Amino acid sequence: MKKDLLSIDDLTTEEIHLVLDTAEAMREIGQRPIKKVPTLRGKTIVNLFYEPSTRTRTSFEIAEKRLSADTLNIAVAASSVLKGETLADTALNIEAMAPDMIVVRHASSGAGHLLSRICRSRVINAGDGMHEHPTQALLDAFTIREHKQRIAGLKVTIVGDLLHSRVLRSNVLLLTRLGADVCVSGPPTFVPAGIERFGVRVSPRVDEAVAGADVIMMLRIQQERLHGAFIPSLREYFTTFGMTAARVALAKPDVIIMHPGPMNRGVEIASEVADGPYSVILEQVANGVAVRMAVLYLLAGGSEAD
Amino acid sequence: MPVVLDADRISRSLTRIAHEILERNRGVDELALVGIRTRGVPLARRLAGIIRDVSRHEVPTGALDITLYRDDLMRTSVGAQPVIRRTEIPFSIDDKRILLVDDVLYTGRTIRAALDALIEFGRPKAIQLVVLVDRGHRELPIKADYVGKNIPTSLSQSVQVRLMEIDGRDEVEVQES
Repeated sequence: MKKDLLSIDDLTTEEIHLVLDTAEAMREIGQRPIKKVPTLRGKTIVNLFYEPSTRTRTSFEIAEKRLSADTLNIAVAASSVLKGETLADTALNIEAMAPDMIVVRHASSGAGHLLSRICRSRVINAGDGMHEHPTQALLDAFTIREHKQRIAGLKVTIVGDLLHSRVLRSNVLLLTRLGADVCVSGPPTFVPAGIERFGVRVSPRVDEAVAGADVIMMLRIQQERLHGAFIPSLREYFTTFGMTAARVALAKPDVIIMHPGPMNRGVEIASEVADGPYSVILEQVANGVAVRMAVLYLLAGGSEAD
Repeated sequence: MPVVLDADRISRSLTRIAHEILERNRGVDELALVGIRTRGVPLARRLAGIIRDVSRHEVPTGALDITLYRDDLMRTSVGAQPVIRRTEIPFSIDDKRILLVDDVLYTGRTIRAALDALIEFGRPKAIQLVVLVDRGHRELPIKADYVGKNIPTSLSQSVQVRLMEIDGRDEVEVQES
């Protein structure tokens, strides 16, 4: 493994499989009466979150604690960032206290890369702006593999705000690498120029995109990143692109419905689908802990750079 | 390179150990087998099979991966992390007599890790250690309760256990490394 996990492209295909296989073993720890192993005893991990997060931060913290690491959370709302400190200065100050790993989420793309350049600690990107969210893609792949026993050859349809989504970018890199047939759909304002170059098919009509899909992955309408008129209204978006039971019926009979959360019910996904029999949304959350334990364990070892 | 145990000897050793287990524990009540990955697992399953044939009782059998409990993890920052495999103990170990099974007993560090791992699953009544080969050179105060064969070795040698389920044949070999 490289020193840091900033992008899916930091992992070789073998390393991706290694993460998924290791997560398989890690999941069993969460089913024990004592959900803890001593592996990362004495390691310090700082969770540096510049953006609000429930799932990812909790998931990382549970994963760290199950591996016996000492963890601390820096919520920016209660830190010196409000006094005007830059990301680099904050990072250098944290670094001065010699943590072993830093898990960072930031609204700017490339925040993890900046930390990676100035920190000796290992850096894990937990979401940087519109760029990447590698552990989300890994847990999505883990969930798909669990249900379908494979990823190669599956038709995976991703629908929603493709432009602002770091989940999309990481998933496209990972799923195409593992041989999935990835089809994306969304309003033209949400389709980044040149996305075909990543090896995905673009289907402007969601019904076509969903037809015959093995996996449907919905992306959140990120109202905090929409500064402008991307869609006429949320209601119109739901009518045109929202995942309804009628649309799900176009996919394969054993389709699974995924969503990285947090969901906007009635915007990108109907409640009857989110809570329906095809939904694996809560499994994704459960798998997140095992996958992050795997990443923490594998990164804590040696790297090519050492 | 000398083969010190062939398929026949391995099979006879396991049969003898199974009988010793039944004798010492006065039957199969409360017994459970836990094999240490990798080669302790097929050995545990074979013992369960022999005990079933002899006593007509099924002894619960599990698999333990001790990687996350190793004392040499994280000590060097060179090289990739060891691969972790699944631990599967599909029964409660509380108040059971656990037979911990491994292929080779050497420094005792694997067994130390296994004891730590096992204790986290509950409070067994007793833990007994079964090994196919004891090659000596203990670094910790650990002793096996059932031994297939004691093989005196030097530190420069390595003991290679091959089992049908994993390696396609049964034999124990001592190699000069």
